[in-house]
Formats: sequence, structure tokens, C-alpha cells
Amino acid sequence: MTEAVVEVESKTGEVEQAVYEHPWAVRFSHWLNSVSLLVMVASGFQIFRAFPSFGAKIPQKDLLHWPKALALGGWLGGGLQWHLTFMWIYIATGLFYLGYQVFSGNYRQVLFMPRDIRGVWPMAHYYFFFGPKPVARETYNPLQKLAYTSVLGLGVLSVLTGLAVWKPIQFSWLAWMMGGFHWARIWHFAVMWAILFFLLGHLVMVVLHGWSNFASMLTGWKKNPEYLER
Amino acid sequence: MDARIDSRKFKKVSRRKLLKLAPVLAVGAFAIPKLQEPLLKAGLGLSDWASARLFRSGHLATTFSDGELTPFEKFPINGYDVEDPGVDFEKWTLTVAGAVQKPGDYTLAQIQALPKTRQNTRHVCVEGWDVIGRFGGTPLSEFLKLIGADTTARFVSVECADDYYESLDMATALHPQTLLCYEMYDQPLTREHGAPVRLSIPTKVGYKQAKYLTDLKVTNVLERVGYWEDQGYSSFYGL
Repeated sequence: MTEAVVEVESKTGEVEQAVYEHPWAVRFSHWLNSVSLLVMVASGFQIFRAFPSFGAKIPQKDLLHWPKALALGGWLGGGLQWHLTFMWIYIATGLFYLGYQVFSGNYRQVLFMPRDIRGVWPMAHYYFFFGPKPVARETYNPLQKLAYTSVLGLGVLSVLTGLAVWKPIQFSWLAWMMGGFHWARIWHFAVMWAILFFLLGHLVMVVLHGWSNFASMLTGWKKNPEYLER
Repeated sequence: MDARIDSRKFKKVSRRKLLKLAPVLAVGAFAIPKLQEPLLKAGLGLSDWASARLFRSGHLATTFSDGELTPFEKFPINGYDVEDPGVDFEKWTLTVAGAVQKPGDYTLAQIQALPKTRQNTRHVCVEGWDVIGRFGGTPLSEFLKLIGADTTARFVSVECADDYYESLDMATALHPQTLLCYEMYDQPLTREHGAPVRLSIPTKVGYKQAKYLTDLKVTNVLERVGYWEDQGYSSFYGL
């Protein structure tokens, strides 16, 4: 990735290094997905609100009542319209991203590999238990790779579980793999929470790492990345 | 590598690259009230189109054992306004019209003379609950044969005693599990469940399975799709 390093002279005359970290296709997918993900979650809550349970109507056991302010669509029909519209954008973005990563070879930046395993604990130790800071070697540290690879898997699962809920007869094999129609619905719900859990951690990290890091997902360029320091 | 460029040039490049993200703003069109409705309608239309393409007559809904049935008294009644529209069973007929060779009024006895199917299938409501019921009746395809329906027509539409109305794509109408249902749990349909005849379609959500049928039409053109569909719900909603 070092072929994209340039030196930039800042206004004060200092020489800074910049690395082209995020290709256009990745940034494009990232932002499009961030919109469609939120629409899917909010419209999903609207759908869930219509019957906040996963069982038969009687006896109805409501799982949790979600505030209307966080639901999108206004009514069940509206929620379904948003959900069944943005699922196409969500899926298309995902396919575009995965296709780009595979064909460009850029997946190496983000894909968690067996050799990354030993780097996970030192990183978690540093983040959560005040351990020593591991040396940064590449764009993403092993823990980051693990998180990103996991959330990509969750993204695929969100589509597959959704397909099983939407078409339990046409895709009966999918519903069967998930333990039946009821379980497919519970999985779909659980996968959403797992993605939201990732999002929470992701946003905390974005805030902690400051503007330059955030801007890199807009422009593609990151100034003075840690892994270039020697 | 290590090429020096001045910061102004760098910023310019970044800005141009930033512009490439502009298509992301296109989804912002959904935030414009005037565009939102047609866009969502198009999205739902795309989903309905895909649903019709995914539908396979050979894919059967799961059937269940008698032990898995939801007890009859716990089978929900979801009439949209009345639970009993006061059908006069003595005078009831199903009025058939449209692209059929034998239009006219059909009695319950004529329907019951057709081959009978009983099936324990899941009834899935768009709201999110589902129950397993036992339904008995004649496959709609048998009735379509009886009336000499043109099965190359696109839709079968029905009207109900309570002003409810619905329509089905022909592929679903011909599906072996789609019933003109006149029995539930081996008893004649009760009034709350749509007596004397309702639709039972395990490959569709509940709102497509109209109760208290009075009229049936085979047609290529729908003036209206269905009570809920015309308010914004999916037209196809196949499972």
C-alpha cells in the first residue's frame, strides 16, 4: 500500500505524509451503506412495532416496545415500503463492495486472516485493559480486521435471514437452515443487534481517533498514518 | 513514491475525489416529500416484480401434523371492519364473471362437489404473528376449471360481503395449495372466519386470503388491487 504515499507541504511549511487508504469504491460503498443500513434498521423497527413478538398472536408476549420516534415509515405499510425499497440498495451496495474488494485485491486490507489471530489479544489488551500499545504495521490492526470482517459476515447474514423471513416458502432451504420460520425471524433480529453493537464500537473509535482519521473515509487520504512512523 | 506535491494541489485532488461520492447524495431524494412516495412505490413495485419471478408453483408451503395445530378457539379473527357481515346462507352464491366460458352464479353445493383438499398450513399475518390452522376446501384451480376460466389471464379478483376486495396473480391462483375454503378444523366455516367461502392461500400473507366471498372475476386488468394494497401494502406479498 506504500505506493500511494505522497509528501505534502502544509500551510506552515511542514512536510506531512499522506497515504491513499480508501479507494473510491470503498468510500462510496461505506457511505451508501451507512444510509441504507440506518433506513433498514429504522423501518425494521416500524415493522417490529406492529407486533413486538415472534410467536403466535395468542397469547401475545411483547418483547420490547420500541419508541415510535426511532421508527421509519409512520405505519406498518410505510415501514414495509422503506424496508422493501432500501433492501435493494443495501444488497446492491454489498455486492458492489464485495465484487470490488475481490477483483481489486483490496480485500487484503480488511480480511482477517489466521496470521492476524496472535495480534488480536495485544490490541484488545491495549484498548480495554490499558496494556502497552502494539506497533502499527498496516492500515488496520488485527482487532480492526476482525471487527470489519465480522460485520461483513453479519451483513451477508442480515440479507440471508431477511430473505428467509420474506420468502420462507420460496427459500424454504434457507429457513430450514436457520431452524425454521420462527428462528429465521429471531436470527434476523439478532443479526441487526449485532450490527448495531458493531456500529456503537465503530462510532466510539471514530470519535477517539479524531478528524484526520474520519476525513480519510471522505477523501481517501490519511495524513501521517501511524504505520509510517519509524 | 515520495513525490512531493504542494498542499493546495493535494487538496484539489481530494476535492475532486470527494465529488465521486456525489451519487450517495442521490439517496437523499428519498428525503424530498414530493419524490418520496413515487420512489417508495417504485421500490415496492420492484419487490413485487421480483416476488412474482421467484414464485414457483412446485414450491409447497410446509404442512403440519394435527398435533401442531393452533387450537381453533385461539385462531385469530382479523376482520377489517365487521366480524359478521350477515350473509344469507340460503341465498348465497358465488357470482363469476370475466374471462370465463361459464359465467354466472355458483352455489356452495356446486363448489363442494369438486375434489376436496384438507391441509394443515401456516397462516402468516403481515403484522408479524402466525398460527397453524386446518383448512378444507376445493383447490381454486378446480373451480377455475369448472367455470372454464382462461388461465392465461393475469389475475383472479374477488369481492366480499363486507366490501373487502382482493386479487391474486394467476400463478398463485393455480397453486395446488390455494383453496376455495369452506371448512376449518373439519367444520363448516364459522361466520367470523369467512362463511360460507373464503380463500386459504398458504403461499400468501393473511390479507390476501379474503373472507365472505361473493364475486369472483378472471381478468387481465385490475381496476383496484386489494383493500390493503390500495393503501400502500405489497400487491404480491408471496411467502
